Amino acid sequence: MSEVLNPLLVLVLLFNFLMLGTSRVAAVINAAAAQGTLLGVAYLAMHGGSGVRALALGLAMIGIKGIAIPRILRGALRSQGIRREVEPFVSFTTSLLLGAVATGLSVLFARTLPLAAGDAEALLVPASLATVLTGFIVLTTRRKALTQVVGYLTLENGIFIFGLTLIEAMPFLVEAGVLLDVLVGVFVMGVVIDHISREFSSIQVDDLTELRE
Amino acid sequence: MTPLGAIAHLALAVLLPPLLLGVIQRTKARMAGRRGAPLLQPYYDLAKLFSKGIVLSRTTTWVFLAGPVVAVATASLASLLVPFGEKAAPVSFAGDLVLFAYLFGLGRFFTVAAALDTGSSFEGMGGAREATFSALAEPALFLSLLVLVIVRQSFSLSGLVGEDQSALWATAGVPVALACLSLFVVLLAENSRIPFDDPTTHLELTMIHEVMLLDHSGPLLGLALLGAAQKLLVQSALLVRIAVPLPDGPEPLRWAAFLAAILALGVVIGLVESTMARLRLRQVPMLLIAASLLSAFGMVLLVR
Repeated sequence: MSEVLNPLLVLVLLFNFLMLGTSRVAAVINAAAAQGTLLGVAYLAMHGGSGVRALALGLAMIGIKGIAIPRILRGALRSQGIRREVEPFVSFTTSLLLGAVATGLSVLFARTLPLAAGDAEALLVPASLATVLTGFIVLTTRRKALTQVVGYLTLENGIFIFGLTLIEAMPFLVEAGVLLDVLVGVFVMGVVIDHISREFSSIQVDDLTELRE
Repeated sequence: MTPLGAIAHLALAVLLPPLLLGVIQRTKARMAGRRGAPLLQPYYDLAKLFSKGIVLSRTTTWVFLAGPVVAVATASLASLLVPFGEKAAPVSFAGDLVLFAYLFGLGRFFTVAAALDTGSSFEGMGGAREATFSALAEPALFLSLLVLVIVRQSFSLSGLVGEDQSALWATAGVPVALACLSLFVVLLAENSRIPFDDPTTHLELTMIHEVMLLDHSGPLLGLALLGAAQKLLVQSALLVRIAVPLPDGPEPLRWAAFLAAILALGVVIGLVESTMARLRLRQVPMLLIAASLLSAFGMVLLVR
């Protein structure tokens, strides 16, 4: 199992680095989309054969995270006319290094966890922790609301990877519900961002400290 | 390794590099829709330079003369440590990968010193950039070699890449792929290729390697260019030997496969150069740090 899964998870981790290192918002969105698609593929690779429900969930994952959400975000990107994250709170190089430290620590930490033999072999737990931490870093260090939404999405990707370890225990309904929540969440945030940018003529989160009528 | 084999190895390390440059230039020309110069053009250029006289500035000293000579000498020595088509390099001992890295370091030191020796401010800037970027490329180089050291449990280049590489890919495919990627970035950075430096640019302000050669002329310039091309060849050879499993057949077959792989790498470099723009100088360290992180990540995957 881990022969198929590990290369996929390494790619997921590389997309984390891409997300932390690039200044183009479009590239960040694409990286999150690719990550979502990869996770859908990983889910299918693990459980695609085990029934229609698993197949449906895997395909829904690819459809929602790989196609639908990125489309909403790209639409928001176009309507705002921004292309780059200018001057984040922490420079791109530093956030890349932070991401690397986070990845290293996740690997170290995962070693100390009492995991089932199959899960310890695969990279699932370190990849999930690293992706969650990457999501946190993106959420906290970027100025554009749109990038922060992507950070939230990455966070959810990390949680999904963790869910892959519990796949036998986790009911289908819960996972489908989470997926739907994320879609609705991103949808709402897309609308909110649109309103913010119309109201304040910018989506810099710094500018949101003062209230106006 | 017979003495004859070592001589053949060294001859190849001196004679082949211009062809690699020719392949890169031809690829770039084709991508741009031009016919391009003949594949052997770099040889003609070198022959022309070697038949010219030398102009020496009065501010220069022997250091200026030593720069290109040391560059060629160190690159030739380093080539002896890397196996080309053969199973083991002419020279190999435990720890030779450190010598390999710092032979190029020595060559670079003298190239930079020769540039500073002219007293030109442009050349000083070029030297400063070369030194900075290579300092950042060094951890990436060592970390990617370290990935191989961990897999192979050997400290010599011949031990790392001499054996059958397909076994390496089978046991640790992902970390080795990351190391190769990182090594490719190092290759581009160390040899001043796009996206780090444009070898054909005409603006001294943005050059790195070429600006250090502004005051060299005739045979000295020829030697400096040959040294740079040798460095490209030797580092490409290392990457090829890591990345491409050579067929386990008779010697000539292995050599043919090796040469084909080197020229293919030349085409790849040409493609990268035609499809990418040069990075802004401020973004260069970022890419090199990312390359170091890639191989460090590969290492973490191995030792976890």
